Amino acid sequence: MSATTLPRTDAPAETRLRIVDCDIHPAMRSSAELDRWLPARWQQHRREYGLRLRQPFTSTYPYPKSAPALSRRDSWPPSGGPPGSDLDFMREQHLDLHDIAFGMLQPLSVRGMDERVPGFADAVSRAVNEWQLEDWTSKDKRLKGTIAVPGEDAAAAVKEIERWAGHPDFVQISMVTRGLEPLGRSRYWPIYEAAEHHGLPLGLHTLGTSGHSVAGGGWPSFYYEEHQAVAMSLAAMCASFILEGVAERFPKLKFVIIEGGFGWVPSLGWRMDSHWKALRSEVPHLRKKPSEYLKTQFWFTTQPVEEPEKPEHLRKLIDWIGWDRLLFASDYPHWDSDDPRYAFKIQMAEAERRAIFAGNARALYGL
Amino acid sequence: MAPFGVAPIDCDLHPALPGCMALLPYLDGHWRDEIASRGLDDLDLSLWPRGAPLTVRPDWRSAKGLAGGTLEALRTQALEPFGTGFGILNPLFGAPALHNVDMAAALCRATNDWIAAEWLDRDPRLRAGILVPVESPALTVEEIERRAPDKRFVQVLLLGAAETLLGRRVNWPIFEAAERHGLPVALQIASSARHSPTANGWPTYLIEDHVNFAQTFQSQLLSMIAEGVFTKFPRLKVVLMNSGIGWVPSFLWRGTKEWRALRREVPWVDRSPAEIFREHVRISLQPNDAPEDPEDFAVLLDMVGSDEVLLFSTDWPHWRFDGVEALPPGLPERLLPRVLRDNAIETYPRLKETVQ
Repeated sequence: MSATTLPRTDAPAETRLRIVDCDIHPAMRSSAELDRWLPARWQQHRREYGLRLRQPFTSTYPYPKSAPALSRRDSWPPSGGPPGSDLDFMREQHLDLHDIAFGMLQPLSVRGMDERVPGFADAVSRAVNEWQLEDWTSKDKRLKGTIAVPGEDAAAAVKEIERWAGHPDFVQISMVTRGLEPLGRSRYWPIYEAAEHHGLPLGLHTLGTSGHSVAGGGWPSFYYEEHQAVAMSLAAMCASFILEGVAERFPKLKFVIIEGGFGWVPSLGWRMDSHWKALRSEVPHLRKKPSEYLKTQFWFTTQPVEEPEKPEHLRKLIDWIGWDRLLFASDYPHWDSDDPRYAFKIQMAEAERRAIFAGNARALYGL
Repeated sequence: MAPFGVAPIDCDLHPALPGCMALLPYLDGHWRDEIASRGLDDLDLSLWPRGAPLTVRPDWRSAKGLAGGTLEALRTQALEPFGTGFGILNPLFGAPALHNVDMAAALCRATNDWIAAEWLDRDPRLRAGILVPVESPALTVEEIERRAPDKRFVQVLLLGAAETLLGRRVNWPIFEAAERHGLPVALQIASSARHSPTANGWPTYLIEDHVNFAQTFQSQLLSMIAEGVFTKFPRLKVVLMNSGIGWVPSFLWRGTKEWRALRREVPWVDRSPAEIFREHVRISLQPNDAPEDPEDFAVLLDMVGSDEVLLFSTDWPHWRFDGVEALPPGLPERLLPRVLRDNAIETYPRLKETVQ
């Protein structure tokens, strides 16, 4: 495709479009790095038991990914360590190359968000947040952290939110999208109350070892299926937030749906609305059509960008969702990451381009 | 009388089976005793509570007896108002969800006998899906073989969600038998609840289960595509009942994009998933999960990219529309003959034999 979506880099500085990348994955060199912030009791636990998720393996995935560390082959830092673990190399290969104004960190690989031991989940989440500050956001002001919380323990999660709220380096809250229960369930509401109170969006990156099959109807065989099923689970998560009344109850709460693409968004609204006609007596807490909540409180990162057979359908799709709802994300350094120069195989007007690549995120996060 | 100018084929009608007691005349002595001594009767599916407004349209509710429970109601509510030429009965009955597959098989067999005797024998316009004990592919194949000589059974009814995703190879004998007998497999909004309805666990409300079933249908199709079901059984058709079509474009786009990147994992998938979908998958017209603007609906159909996908249905007695407004506004005039009739004739080989 010859159509590029970004202005030439030699454009005058005042009109230069500097990208806000809403999904960048920093990595620890190893989980032993956690020890820098873990109390002695949990350092010992880490050495003896490690992270315990709801999956068969301790250090790899039940659906083996299509690339080592699920990353671009060229993203392994010359200094050693896994992709995403070297700030200098990330600057060279991504932040500087693409003229990134702000990059939203999403730490995934070492995490406490769905760890099974409650105290350890809490301690690891806190350590991950300290690590983001010390090794990333304080070293490069373009990078913004996310407050990772152990979502299954709402009280601990709220404490962690309060620890960081107001810190300029932390702009959102993360929890796994596939938890023990759908995230609209009331056990998680204290987290949303805190998020709304502190004006922090929920930055929900597809993730989680819930123990539930990744597809409704059972476990698929292939990564090809699992990789698509995660977007379906995000649709179910949005339905839960809306139909279980979270969006209604916390009207200022903002939901950022990360790494699910966006092709499924309009149809979720249509299906919720069509069923609401017959079933609204079950959900009297909704005061608007379900799709109205989707249109006003939800944002979606773009990667992986949809590739319709007819490019004009991509424009129509974005018309349906709203040009103010999409946030560019690269997913660096993962194998399926999007290059901002080539990801959108359509022409965009300047205002549209600026909104998706920067303006929407700046408004949402107050950057 | 007929609002459409052509006698449609209604692919999704739900006659109500009162319960196991109604099947006693169709069960052998052993199972009659088992059912009676256990007091087993109603096997109503939890996705369709009888009192829920979605389950029965207000003016189709019956003062006495079950909605959808009589041939008379079917004729006056579903067949005559639409001038329907043929109607396919798809009983939503929970027998396949039982863990005891022998019991499930006995009750499925009795249900099919009941459908034949109490419905098909009494109205020549009626056809039916075969209820099968899907958790046992071997017993499912037995039931397909038993029913196949009766050409009024035109498809195999599968739970939309069962113990394994349908594409898994343990299920392939079902597809082999279905293809051999010219029977499409139809997936209903029905679950044996072996897994939570979403990857995120159990939602709170019924409306969520129905909304999320759009994803379950996609998982099933993806499973069948990825495992190579359509490569192995090139004449097999899949009919999705009540899935809507709103999700189809993104399913095709994503499936194709990821297939380009990951096809070495599934080398037997020899064509793009979009191409496979358009050849093998058909979708009942209700519910109409589509944009309200007719022009947008036309764009959606263009994204789906096939005139052959939609099959007319009322979903009787479920509440999907009022009056006879079964056709979505914005369905292009040129598609009417296809949607109302021709697509069904091409989908169901056994119907084609009868009609022509």
